[in-house]
Amino acid sequence: MNFSKSFRNIFLVILLSLIVSACATKKTTTKVEGQMQGDVYTGTDTVKYLADGVPDRVFFATNESILTTKSRDTLRKQANWLRENSNINVVVEGHADERGTREYNLALGERRANAAKDYLITYGISADRISVISYGKERPVDSGSNPLSWSKNRRSVTVKAN
Amino acid sequence: MIRIFNLTFFIVFLTITKANSLIEIDITRGNLDPLPIAVSPLFQDDKTKKNSNNQIKIENVGSEISLVVENNLKTSGLFNPLSKEAFLQKPDIAHLKPRFEDWALIKAQALITGKVTIEDKKLKVEFRLWDILAGREMMALAFTTVPSNWRRVGHIISDKVYERLTGEKGYFDTRIIYVSEEGPKTARVKKLAIMDQDGFNTKYLTLGNELVLTPRFNPTSQMVTYLSYFKNLPRVYLLDIETGTQEVVGDFPGMTFAPRFSPDGKKIIMSFAKDGNSDIYTMDLENRIVERITNHPSIDTSPSYSPDNKFITFNSDRSGFQQIYVMKSDGSNVKRISFGKGLYGTPVWSPRGDLIAFTKLHKGKFYIGVMRTDGSGERLLTENYYQEAPSWSPNGRVLIFYRETKSNDQGEGFSAKLWSIDLTGYNERQVQTETDASDPSWSSLLSN
Repeated sequence: MNFSKSFRNIFLVILLSLIVSACATKKTTTKVEGQMQGDVYTGTDTVKYLADGVPDRVFFATNESILTTKSRDTLRKQANWLRENSNINVVVEGHADERGTREYNLALGERRANAAKDYLITYGISADRISVISYGKERPVDSGSNPLSWSKNRRSVTVKAN
Repeated sequence: MIRIFNLTFFIVFLTITKANSLIEIDITRGNLDPLPIAVSPLFQDDKTKKNSNNQIKIENVGSEISLVVENNLKTSGLFNPLSKEAFLQKPDIAHLKPRFEDWALIKAQALITGKVTIEDKKLKVEFRLWDILAGREMMALAFTTVPSNWRRVGHIISDKVYERLTGEKGYFDTRIIYVSEEGPKTARVKKLAIMDQDGFNTKYLTLGNELVLTPRFNPTSQMVTYLSYFKNLPRVYLLDIETGTQEVVGDFPGMTFAPRFSPDGKKIIMSFAKDGNSDIYTMDLENRIVERITNHPSIDTSPSYSPDNKFITFNSDRSGFQQIYVMKSDGSNVKRISFGKGLYGTPVWSPRGDLIAFTKLHKGKFYIGVMRTDGSGERLLTENYYQEAPSWSPNGRVLIFYRETKSNDQGEGFSAKLWSIDLTGYNERQVQTETDASDPSWSSLLSN
């Protein structure tokens, strides 16, 4: 009797933990979905920092080079940092995801890098401190073939040149 | 660099028989009924066997050449080479005078016979093509070359047979230049590589120290143009694959990319990207004069000339999305020609002039297709997860392109391979490469 009760309790515990773990799985999925707005990546997975609180990259929608509100915010932080560190020059690298033809993506990466560069210039950074290079789809940071991976790869990254 | 094209051929027509053959192949429709052909091993005598062993380390070069021919004819999809085990006649006897009844018995409609000798470090090959049903010789040719060229002899024989039976030039004595790929997706190492059209004799032309992309042959010489990230400056380069010398094309203050030769070989057409805008430019290889062809705030890229050099097709996103356009070669009369659903890119003008091959992206699938030069008659030849960048065989019958597989969420399972497909949409097959491969470009016929 006693034995059977404790057995039932164990069974309940197992059942409960199964439900909890099922919830946990679901939670992770929600978190992944929360990393994109539309198809623009909004997470921090691959992001590096030029300085404390200054993210090095901004993300783009498919086939787009328009800067989102968040991207403009990031680039203003970069501009502030560049103003404070006037000896530093940067290269803005433009990238595309793998779902486009190679040559078009090279052009698209160049367009994205220039969108970021132009924004830095409007915030007072001299054009001759910023060079751009496009890698098209040649240098993904995430090698998955899914919308989240692609969103991380549609980016421009500001890199110290000296 | 590697000297590859120092090859001389002496071709002699043994006899020219103007026979009105019964066999011919209609290649304008999908060939569901390939022509049964017997490729008899080329006969070699004992002396040749010894010389062959000594000079090129091959036991039976005649047999090897016949295998090259057999493989070419088979991969064309137009021929069905019959099993050699069924052959009743010995190679030397068949070459003198086939017993047509014997070959008809195994259902052969055509027969290739030949003889090979190696003497004084020269490889001599003669071959004959026979019409079994009509019971007569259709063609006879002889070649002299260096023994190391034996595979090319096989390719030339294949071209002659193909031409005699289809009425169109072959594409077997050709090479493919492509980008060899190795390593993980996030740190891919890419090298320029060149191989025979059938995947043999691969040579690597760069070491992989810098990223290289989109090599393309000059249709008239052994020059290649490609994109290299040498010193982290993406620029179009010109490479002489005979001498290994290379140079930057033009003096552009920014990225140049998407290069291609004009069909007369005199110009390079490419994109130049500056301040977020890509336009199309040409550079004359003789006088180095650079001309701007398009001037539009959109992305204009992947240009390709018509074979008469009078028109250019390219893709542009000036409509808001990537679409295909045609203009006169001076940049006037720009007309959009792709109006189907989806995005269209990488237009390449057929060497015959009547079609443009392209890549299409629609609802998450990639297609290789062809359309007429006014955009009508769109035909999609193949659908896949990812494929792009078709390049025409020199006779305009076959397209080679590359295809990538989908990775899982861990980034595993990725591959890039070369594939070819007949213009009819039939005969899709993978082209063997030593490594992963992309960006193929088909050369012109090396000999004619």
